[in-house]
Amino acid sequence: MMNCKEATQLLSEKLDRPLDTKEKVMLGVHTAMCSSCKQFGRQMEDIRSLAKQYSKGKQTEEKK
Amino acid sequence: MIEANPSLSASEAPNAALFYDQEFMESLRSQMVKFATLQVQDAQLAEDAVQEAMLSAYQNIDKFGRQAALKTWVFSILKNKLIDLLRKEKRTTVASQLENGPNLQGDALMDHLFKENGHWQKSERPQKWDDPDHGVENEHFWRVFDACLTALPEKYGRFFMMREFLEMATPEICHNEDISVSSLNVTLYRARLRLRECLEDNWYQAKESGS
Repeated sequence: MMNCKEATQLLSEKLDRPLDTKEKVMLGVHTAMCSSCKQFGRQMEDIRSLAKQYSKGKQTEEKK
Repeated sequence: MIEANPSLSASEAPNAALFYDQEFMESLRSQMVKFATLQVQDAQLAEDAVQEAMLSAYQNIDKFGRQAALKTWVFSILKNKLIDLLRKEKRTTVASQLENGPNLQGDALMDHLFKENGHWQKSERPQKWDDPDHGVENEHFWRVFDACLTALPEKYGRFFMMREFLEMATPEICHNEDISVSSLNVTLYRARLRLRECLEDNWYQAKESGS
């Protein structure tokens, strides 16, 4: 069984490399049961998009 | 640099006026130098890249419309220069040299976040974040984000910025920096762990308890 430490590492690596099938399955099983890691996965995506906005122009600040 | 091109007056290009604002320029310059030095690990190279980026921004100021985002625009020029520099010279810095800093990192970080069995420490479990779109419109949020980035251990910050800001691909970073893919992945993972925790503690949670 995958633990949270391993799951969170894969959730980060997902942003840097394609996961293989086994990793995807194990991660899917883990996050189905673990809401903390599921949350963490969403936040990894959030951080990526925040970093993008931060470096690309923070235009969202001006859109309102 | 500014005096070098007096023919372009502030009235011709309204944004150029900013270039005469000493306070603004000095603060911008020092932020850029900090950012560039972190990336290229060489004060002189960094200084040169910043000078070139600023000159290039000044010369092309008429192509640029919105004053509010001048800083962002100058930074984007600098980013391209840094990428060129990083590509041109295969860096000789040994990444492990940088594994210093007052902040929690490496195993200490992992022990802080996870129990021995690899599951989350109760107090460290990720909490629900509000849709970041609410936060990103807020000037204060970006100050927190900025502070959290600055607080990253140097090596974490450097690789995170290469990956996320300069948007370099993993193989390219590994090639330039002479580190293995797995070691880069672990460093990025730990940088994101730290950044995530910092944002949660200082923005998402702080906001909730404050309101």
